Amino acid sequence: MLGGGVGGTLAANLLARKLRRRIDAGSVNVTLVDEGGEHVYQPGFMYIAMGGEKPESLRRSERSLLDKRIQLRIARATRIDPVSRCVEVADGEAIGYDWLIVATGARIVPEEIPHFAEEAHHFYGADAAQRLRAALDAFRGGKIVVAIAGMPYKCPPAPLEVTFLIDSELRDRKLRDRSEVHFCSPIARAFTIESVSEMATPILAHKSIALHTFFNVETIDPERKVIQSLEGEELPYDLLILVPPHRGAQVVIDSGLAPPSGWLPTDHHTLEVKGQERMYAIGDATDLPLSKAGSTAHFEAPIVVERIVAGVEGREPDAVAGNYTGKVMCFFEVGDGKGTLLQFDYEHPPKPPKPNRLWHLGKIVFNKTYWHTVPKGRV
Amino acid sequence: MQTIEVPINRTIDARGSFCPGPLMELIRAIREGQVGEVIAVWSTDSGSRVDIPAWIEKAGHRLVGVESRDGYDEIIVEKLR
Repeated sequence: MLGGGVGGTLAANLLARKLRRRIDAGSVNVTLVDEGGEHVYQPGFMYIAMGGEKPESLRRSERSLLDKRIQLRIARATRIDPVSRCVEVADGEAIGYDWLIVATGARIVPEEIPHFAEEAHHFYGADAAQRLRAALDAFRGGKIVVAIAGMPYKCPPAPLEVTFLIDSELRDRKLRDRSEVHFCSPIARAFTIESVSEMATPILAHKSIALHTFFNVETIDPERKVIQSLEGEELPYDLLILVPPHRGAQVVIDSGLAPPSGWLPTDHHTLEVKGQERMYAIGDATDLPLSKAGSTAHFEAPIVVERIVAGVEGREPDAVAGNYTGKVMCFFEVGDGKGTLLQFDYEHPPKPPKPNRLWHLGKIVFNKTYWHTVPKGRV
Repeated sequence: MQTIEVPINRTIDARGSFCPGPLMELIRAIREGQVGEVIAVWSTDSGSRVDIPAWIEKAGHRLVGVESRDGYDEIIVEKLR
């Protein structure tokens, strides 16, 4: 396993559970390689900026989440060699494998947009989310612009959610009359999935949030405080919140497994890395046309585990348990203490229920109980 | 089948990719390309027939044509700026 995020941790724990006799007998070993040795609950970052969440409650040691049968190797993977079936790590050691799960996630590359660091805020990291919180605290009215500087990015609903939550906060702080809120979408509508867009667009209108479609942020002009789009439009800002461009892990690019974008070509159903043997990809690392979100990794991990366990046991994978249908499920905040639920797969777009308080509370409860449920395979 | 007589400089095969994948692939190619370059996008996503021409108009490029091929659409665009 490469990577100790949602997908890697869950897959490792499920493998350890299903293969425990073989592991105890010494015929199988499960190793997870993770660079930092710390598991971070990334969906919580947004709540550092918007909901009083503390960075320390979003971090736990990876070891504390893993079955004791799993070997944890804290090291940076520098190369994957699919021919000799080994992973090289920074200290030079080569770790051999019979099966490999690449769960190396996505990384943000704000440096690809000049002036991003000085001018733009984001919520794709604990420190950045804290800086955004401070900027919102200091905000006394003006233009807030939420925009996206490249697709795909992690947690597709998050920019809309943040926009809705900012609108609610400004009304609570009696600043809404002195403020404009703008949301820029790179495509023809507010959200990639049409049904979600149809739900969100009237909410944007109701909250007097200006929607700008086909706005792909290309440059920031710090002198004039405007963002410029590839389509040739400009939008001034006082407070700019910009989703940074994302890329896959450097190690998969350096190993020649993925194009410069870093997204691993992945079979939609078996989750095998295309053109490779005994190598799977899950979570944000893939090029699948699905949300880059913990939920995706959560539903993919059991599929890959079934396929690997079948391989260890010398049988064919189960036709259902070993076939990924594109299932994803996530909560969606719309502000004012309300939320909804997005559940979909490759064939079935979501039909989000009317937003209510229950789904908002569902998201809060899920976030708080995450440590005891998802990584350990209890849900 | 009608054939468009334009020299195509680059073809993006986005077949099998869902919306907005083909559009995002085209946007990447336009960013990287030179003015005057003609780019063809192959898409199996029916939304591309609407979304891509709408984006081309908004972004100030030229839609050369939209052709139905064998199980996919070919959308051809010239980068104008």
